[in-house]
Amino acid sequence: MNMLASYLTLAAVLFCVGLYGVITKRNAIIVLLSVELMLNAVNLNLIAFAKYGVQPSITGQIFSLFTMTVAAAEAAVGVAILVAIYRARASVNVDEFDELRR
Amino acid sequence: MSFNIEWTGEFVAFFVLAVCAIVGAVMSLNFTKVVHMTLSLAFTFVSLAGLYVVLNAEFVAFVQVLLYVGAVTILMIFGIMMTKHQDEGQEQSRPLLETLAAIGCLCLLAILIFAIRDADFPAAATALPADTTREIGKTMFAKMAVPFELVSVLLTVAFIGAVALAKREEEPR
Repeated sequence: MNMLASYLTLAAVLFCVGLYGVITKRNAIIVLLSVELMLNAVNLNLIAFAKYGVQPSITGQIFSLFTMTVAAAEAAVGVAILVAIYRARASVNVDEFDELRR
Repeated sequence: MSFNIEWTGEFVAFFVLAVCAIVGAVMSLNFTKVVHMTLSLAFTFVSLAGLYVVLNAEFVAFVQVLLYVGAVTILMIFGIMMTKHQDEGQEQSRPLLETLAAIGCLCLLAILIFAIRDADFPAAATALPADTTREIGKTMFAKMAVPFELVSVLLTVAFIGAVALAKREEEPR
């Protein structure tokens, strides 16, 4: 098993753990953190391909830097929305955030 | 795929860090307190930074430590502090949903692993440049200058939006 396949397998495992967290956890903060874990798994793929891909180049690492920036923006906006909802509903349980469904 | 693993130094480092990352991620699902989950995921992020160092991406590793461990985790801890968490651990479990989610995630994992096993990765033709941080700087400000500026605009807009969202609204008079 070459190193690239090992890194891809690790990223797949982390992605699936993050997906399970997103689906089953009810605390909105943990859901946000699980999304961050999935983004990190994708970053690991990008950097592994930047070293072991057919054409190793620096572009994979730069792309992962852009991904991290967007993830930081997502986390900031997510926590802000969470604080706003908590102020209105006094809850962080994602099952109770169902105004749009009613 | 064959399992004849050669125990080079890189593989040992990868193995240790990968075990740390997976343990952190799985433990974060098992903890009941939210702060413990957050710190466990911070452990995973640190392990991933170590993996980036193994992959010759030192600059990305430092950005990972600064951004994820330093910023995102602290932001989440502040979010935990600003919300109330007395009722944790007392929620009723939902065995049907959890079983279905576990089956779905395991199916996705199996599909991904089989795809990775079947894929044929040709050997790299060239090598990554030795000084990756310098190369990142050169490429970022020569070829990627416009996306770089666009990302800075996106960050500004997102943080102003976050402040506007989280600001306490004034009472209507």
